[in-house]
Amino acid sequence: MIDDTPALPPELLLRVERLTMRFGGLTAVNDVSFDVRRGEITALIGPNGAGKTTVFNCITGFYKPTVGRLTLASKEGPLLLERLRDHQISRKANVARTFQNIRLFGGMTALENLLVAQHAPLMKASGLTVLGVLGIGGFNKAERAAIEKAKVWLERIGLIDRADDPAADLPYGDQRRLEIARAMCTEPVLLCLDEPAAGLNPRESLELNALLRSIRDQDDTAVLLIEHDMSVVMEISDHVVVLDYGKKISDGAPLHVRNDPKVIAAYLGVEDEEVEKVESEIAVEATS
Amino acid sequence: MADPHAGAGAPSVFAVAFKDAAFAALVALGLAAPMLGLVTVQTQSGIELEQHWGKVAIAVAIVFAGRLLLNLTLWRPGRKKSLGYVPPKVEARLARFAKYLAPLAILGAVVMPMLPFTERYAIDLGILVLTYVMLGWGLNIVVGLAGLLDLGYVAFYAVGAYSYALLAQYFGLSFWVCLPLAGILAAFWGVILGFPVLRLRGDYLAIVTLAFGEIIRIVLLNWYWFTGGPNGISGIPRPSFFGLDFDRGDDGFAATFGLTYSPLHRIVFLYYLILALALLTNVVTIRLRRLPIGRAWEALREDEIACRSLGINTVNTKLTAFALGAMFAGFAGSFFATRQGFISPESFVFMESALILAIVVLGGMGSQFGVAVAAVVMIGGFELFREFSDYRMITFGLVMVLIMIWRPRGLVSTRSPSVFLKEKKAISGSLVQEGHG
Repeated sequence: MIDDTPALPPELLLRVERLTMRFGGLTAVNDVSFDVRRGEITALIGPNGAGKTTVFNCITGFYKPTVGRLTLASKEGPLLLERLRDHQISRKANVARTFQNIRLFGGMTALENLLVAQHAPLMKASGLTVLGVLGIGGFNKAERAAIEKAKVWLERIGLIDRADDPAADLPYGDQRRLEIARAMCTEPVLLCLDEPAAGLNPRESLELNALLRSIRDQDDTAVLLIEHDMSVVMEISDHVVVLDYGKKISDGAPLHVRNDPKVIAAYLGVEDEEVEKVESEIAVEATS
Repeated sequence: MADPHAGAGAPSVFAVAFKDAAFAALVALGLAAPMLGLVTVQTQSGIELEQHWGKVAIAVAIVFAGRLLLNLTLWRPGRKKSLGYVPPKVEARLARFAKYLAPLAILGAVVMPMLPFTERYAIDLGILVLTYVMLGWGLNIVVGLAGLLDLGYVAFYAVGAYSYALLAQYFGLSFWVCLPLAGILAAFWGVILGFPVLRLRGDYLAIVTLAFGEIIRIVLLNWYWFTGGPNGISGIPRPSFFGLDFDRGDDGFAATFGLTYSPLHRIVFLYYLILALALLTNVVTIRLRRLPIGRAWEALREDEIACRSLGINTVNTKLTAFALGAMFAGFAGSFFATRQGFISPESFVFMESALILAIVVLGGMGSQFGVAVAAVVMIGGFELFREFSDYRMITFGLVMVLIMIWRPRGLVSTRSPSVFLKEKKAISGSLVQEGHG
């Protein structure tokens, strides 16, 4: 299946072509194409119900697209994501994701959450459990390495002191960062974040920006994010794709998108009381 | 005894309490009239209906008085609910205490048959309790760790028992050969069941597993020429002590070791056998919890969708949980067959599944120690209540209701993390998910 897949240009990581997703009579995503480049933060924005999360679910294997091709440049060559099952997306294609409503393992500690994310290599080290139960093989060494890696991530998100606390006990902002760290522990080439800044206060939002930048620059991981918070989008993204009613209406650098009349219309074509809010957001961005 | 404030200061409180108590008494009347009031008695001419309205009156009076008293004291409106609340500090101290309690309990179990005053009855009861401890620990993998509600667990127990009985009957294989085979066959059936039901969650999974349990039993009941149907299989060979039989013969266990023959030898041997099997289950489960598969089970219980996003193959993970749980039930089943010497489908009814599940839930899902304590309480208690005869089930139900009010998450409700950096902190049960199948 790799053979018949055309290779992507080297700077591209993911190419989404003519993606369409229908649920019965509803077309949630209609003929959307865009590219995600290596070493960049790509933002997927749009009003509520524009189909952003549906695009995410198609990329991460939770939905099978009705039409379209999703080509990922993996280490072993180009890979068609729509042909992989959900758990293979993480293992073979190295695409990780977070969720709009945080999905941590609440009853497990922060450390355990990060170890679950390293399931595949640890499973191999435990000889598919058989050797691990008997206490032979290199499992202990592999587990120590996994804990070290988890420690590095806990340091990076500033939660090393709370490593042994259950995830559900952490404050909201910490949970968001822990979920990102958990996704990063799978060593992804593409990290998909579904509204990572939702519900964060301004300080936490700044911490998140720094974390996402460090992921882009240090970890050789491209980031694709859905976000409503324009300050986050304009601040950190290198490339913005705008969806409205399931269609792509704009695609380009943040500055280009911000001044695109179609985008302004899509954002202003809402309830009267929201007009001012959106206008002020855009104005704030323009002056800053 | 009645609270003076309730009567004098707030008459409405008393009125409400009275009304509630009257309603409870009415419910009690509805329940007690057929259960206590009417008793069928066998006479020479057939069955006659005896009426005991005095007993019904007593039961209704107890319920009314008790409910009224509770309404005026413990359940008075405005009173802080303290029932069932254990402060986290006490909880943590109990957990630390439990750490020493578990080795002590194992030590107690090991020396129990050697004590001079131990009677045969106690050892027999010990065997029964340990069988359920083992079954509880086995089901704990499926329900407690992986969060898959399995109501047909006894099916695998039956598969294990019949595997040994049939292999011994048709091929003359010995217990020690059949023990692993029974486990493998039960695990195989666990996988067979697992495949179709993996797509189901929660209640649907419970219903299908329940049906599977019944299917196995009904097949055993009706496959007459192979399983003996309702007559069961008798004359199942007893286990040998590494080839030495427990009999009076010259090459028997007693003669070889220069002991005088006693039927107790076999009982004690069976006791240690099931103790070893149960401890094996425990050790394997504890090890599995620290392996990636165990963590994946618990993660699956917490959030299946997140598991899939992390590259965990949920189908395989659930299947291993089913298969391993079934395997231990298979071991326990073949032990049951060799201990009884006779098995029939009657031993594998739904009630058994419910009992094992009750042990797991009562013990605190996922807690090894809690499950063991619950098995001792339930099975031991069941025996103690034997003299209550007809009221045994009522007493049993009452105790369960009380425990569930007092500790809704089971006796040990905290989860202990599988790994820690600095300090192992018990995780409150309220944060831990119960799984949705």
